[in-house]
Amino acid sequence: MVGYKFCEKLVSRSNQFNIIVFGEEPRIAYDRVHLSEYFNGKSADDLSLSSASWYADNGISLHLDDPIQEINRTDKTVHSLKGATIKYDYLVLATGSSAFVPNIEGIEKNGVFVYRTIEDLDLIRDYAVNARIGAVMGGGLLGLEAAKALIDLGIKETHVIEFAPRLMPRQIDSAGSAMLQSKLKQFGLSIHLNKSTSEITGGEKIEALKFNDDTLLPVDMLVISAGIRPRDELAKLAGLQTSSRGGIVVNEKMQTSDEYIFAIGECALYNSMIYGLVAPGYEMADIVVTHLTGGDKSFFGYDMSTKLKLIGVDVASFGDAFITEPDCRTIVFEDTHKGIYKRINISNDGKYLLGGILVGEAEAYNILLQTVNNKIVLPPNPEDLILGSRGGEAAEGAGVMSLPDDALICSCEAVSKLAICSAVNDGASGIDDIKKCTKAGTGCGGCVPLVKDLITGTMKANGQYVKNIICEHFDYSRQELFDMVKINKLKNYDLVLDHFGKGDGCEVCKPVVASILSSLWNDVIVKQHTIQDSNDRYLANIQKGGTYSVVPRIPGGEITPDKLIVIGQVAKKYGLYTKITGGQRIDMFGAHVNDLPAIWEELINAGFESGHAYGKSLRTVKSCVGSTWCRYGLHDSVSFAIEIEERYKGVRSPHKLKGGVSGCVRECAEAQAKDFGIIATEKGWNLYVCGNGGSKPQHAQLLATDIDSATCIKYLDRFLMFYIKTADPLTRTATWLNKMDGGIAYLKNVIINNSLDINEQLEEEMQELVNTYHCEWKEVVENDELRKRFVHFINAPEEKDPAIKFEPMREQIKAKW
Amino acid sequence: METIADIEWILACYADDVPANGGACVKHGNEQIAVYNFTRRGEWYATQNLCPHKQQMVLSRGMIGSEGNSCEPKVACPFHKKTFSLLSGECLSGDEFQIKTYPVRVEDGKVYIGILD
Repeated sequence: MVGYKFCEKLVSRSNQFNIIVFGEEPRIAYDRVHLSEYFNGKSADDLSLSSASWYADNGISLHLDDPIQEINRTDKTVHSLKGATIKYDYLVLATGSSAFVPNIEGIEKNGVFVYRTIEDLDLIRDYAVNARIGAVMGGGLLGLEAAKALIDLGIKETHVIEFAPRLMPRQIDSAGSAMLQSKLKQFGLSIHLNKSTSEITGGEKIEALKFNDDTLLPVDMLVISAGIRPRDELAKLAGLQTSSRGGIVVNEKMQTSDEYIFAIGECALYNSMIYGLVAPGYEMADIVVTHLTGGDKSFFGYDMSTKLKLIGVDVASFGDAFITEPDCRTIVFEDTHKGIYKRINISNDGKYLLGGILVGEAEAYNILLQTVNNKIVLPPNPEDLILGSRGGEAAEGAGVMSLPDDALICSCEAVSKLAICSAVNDGASGIDDIKKCTKAGTGCGGCVPLVKDLITGTMKANGQYVKNIICEHFDYSRQELFDMVKINKLKNYDLVLDHFGKGDGCEVCKPVVASILSSLWNDVIVKQHTIQDSNDRYLANIQKGGTYSVVPRIPGGEITPDKLIVIGQVAKKYGLYTKITGGQRIDMFGAHVNDLPAIWEELINAGFESGHAYGKSLRTVKSCVGSTWCRYGLHDSVSFAIEIEERYKGVRSPHKLKGGVSGCVRECAEAQAKDFGIIATEKGWNLYVCGNGGSKPQHAQLLATDIDSATCIKYLDRFLMFYIKTADPLTRTATWLNKMDGGIAYLKNVIINNSLDINEQLEEEMQELVNTYHCEWKEVVENDELRKRFVHFINAPEEKDPAIKFEPMREQIKAKW
Repeated sequence: METIADIEWILACYADDVPANGGACVKHGNEQIAVYNFTRRGEWYATQNLCPHKQQMVLSRGMIGSEGNSCEPKVACPFHKKTFSLLSGECLSGDEFQIKTYPVRVEDGKVYIGILD
């Protein structure tokens, strides 16, 4: 990683150098920091820091799988394993480190691994298939990462063995370790502290670990993560000064004892210290590049503060984490209920923060670290730093803006606060802009929340009103634009852009305006197909590989045997994969764009309609079987679900809408997880709104109790129309409510008590949408001009996309790509 | 500098075939080329149809628009909304991607795409 960063920095600052890279591993530099994600589905390619073509494009010649064997310092040449001899002007050693393997009897047995390279991970993965109990030797940062990997691989029982009396001994104290330990236990890790392994027993392969106290732990495999050893053997061979404890000795310019040879990263020993983190390694690379390009910069050690997520638990340590009284005063907060431990060390005069430890919750890490590094004077109640302000004035975000200009915000890329604020002043307005022009946040990503606060803070300081505008082309919120389009009766995108926007529009504002136009006028959306998101443009959901899926409406999940047969026949005829969806209907995948009109023609002839699965509109109203069949059912939930789905089908909204109707309190339709949910009571229905499944599940909240069906529909009309008119783009009802001042009490007041005096209007507007319903697919199927658009090649309309390929899976197909 | 002589102009389609302010995909041998009718600006553009981000043949189905004060014309991939300049082919969403662009000429209602030999 550090070697790659060196190349990246050098080519960006000079084209004077001919760079030749030798690597021992068979692949180009990859992200070792996120190595364990290899087991969560990231591929070796995903972890790559660049591509082979990047090296070629920058004129770097790359020798993989070809380690340097010898350095001839007199001739200034290097000799590689494969026999290359290259002359150098400067040589940079970025040989990194290897896993330290303690000399324990039986260490050579099968089933004992180290955790360092992608090759190691491959070996571990293959072996884990037949293993039930796994152990990791080492309870440090990497050891716990390795333990997480074993859990991800499906190892039933995972143990962590640590020699020291606590976990992560370099980062956290005993109390923090105890908290971390109890959290990790919940994830199924068994932790053994104060354990020294004396022998690995078994025959060919490992069977158990034997400890100094003569206890035995049976295991099927062992991963060793007991520390690192700098790779200094090449340097040693060349007669460069190395330390007896490992590491190539360097000065503050990263020069070794030979001024033409540099060492950077984990192989370099500066001031008797190895810096085993990526950020200082990048800093070392920068120093060498600066030196080579004629600049002057020195290394003065590095802040080893760190924040990471270990198996779902936040752990951070910053500044001087271990300093104790009487050299400082400490403030400790411990919550064993939630598993949170926080400790800050402040100077005896109470003025400065010296360091601290956070376990279980580390949101404050960035600002605390900045407070230490910039010697910011503490507030009168420093405990607020870890407890949050309790009452009194709370100046949110002000902490960020009070940092000095040279505060280092992104340590991976060495970006200061000044650089970020200047970029905002120069017009950067979002995190993506900042990443592009400063590279801040592109490394480990830990500083992103801080960068976002700085962006907002700077914009506010400039007097810029930070409002939810749609995009650079429209300086209005969606709600404002909705009203303006309505009052001016504008019916197409270009008119809206000419009246209220600037530029030529984009992929953000086009679908927003399309949705507004549809919610207002309910015209056939394919008339303006190029302003629709791809799914709305082709009235189908685009899938991996570029095929589409087809979902006919099955209101309330009720379907006749005849219609089921038609779906089966159509799927068979067009070779489609079929699956029952989460919304009680059937999805057919793998349709070529060319086939869509013919497929829909057959479905429509059989009495189906569009299911709007592609649209930001009503999806389904899920129902339980209800009182017609169920012995517990109070009312006929299926009939009511069908009535409601038929009423709101095709209505376009800021985001998708889902509903549910349950026939009794057992709630089989999961109505409380929907945008609107209706549950039968003895006396009528209870209406819940603004629930959500998805990535942030949220229960719906009770809007009205024991209402009859007509009232329920009236409230729903008002609720949905109010949402459609006022929500931000792509905001589900749950988020909309969360942002609403006054929350559910306010919403109740609007919908039930008519506090805004708009209910009559809301009901009329909804009725208009209901009256103008049309099946979009019927419009297309019956119109030859519209049908013509469903082709892949405009100049070869009969031909399908040859890039689309399928392969068999469980008697059906799946996309191959 | 490229010279005109190196470019072969192929007849791609008729101007009417490509929707206003939208794109369509043209087959040229084994190549797939996306051609865009930027009616709002009276301009035509062409790029490769493959989105380099997830290797999907879909750019012709993306929405087009403009970015920044210079009104850089762009297309957004329908899969993950990576955007690309229609002028330079550079990825505008901060990734290191580059797509191929082609010159376009429209004469007598016919659209020609220039292919470099």
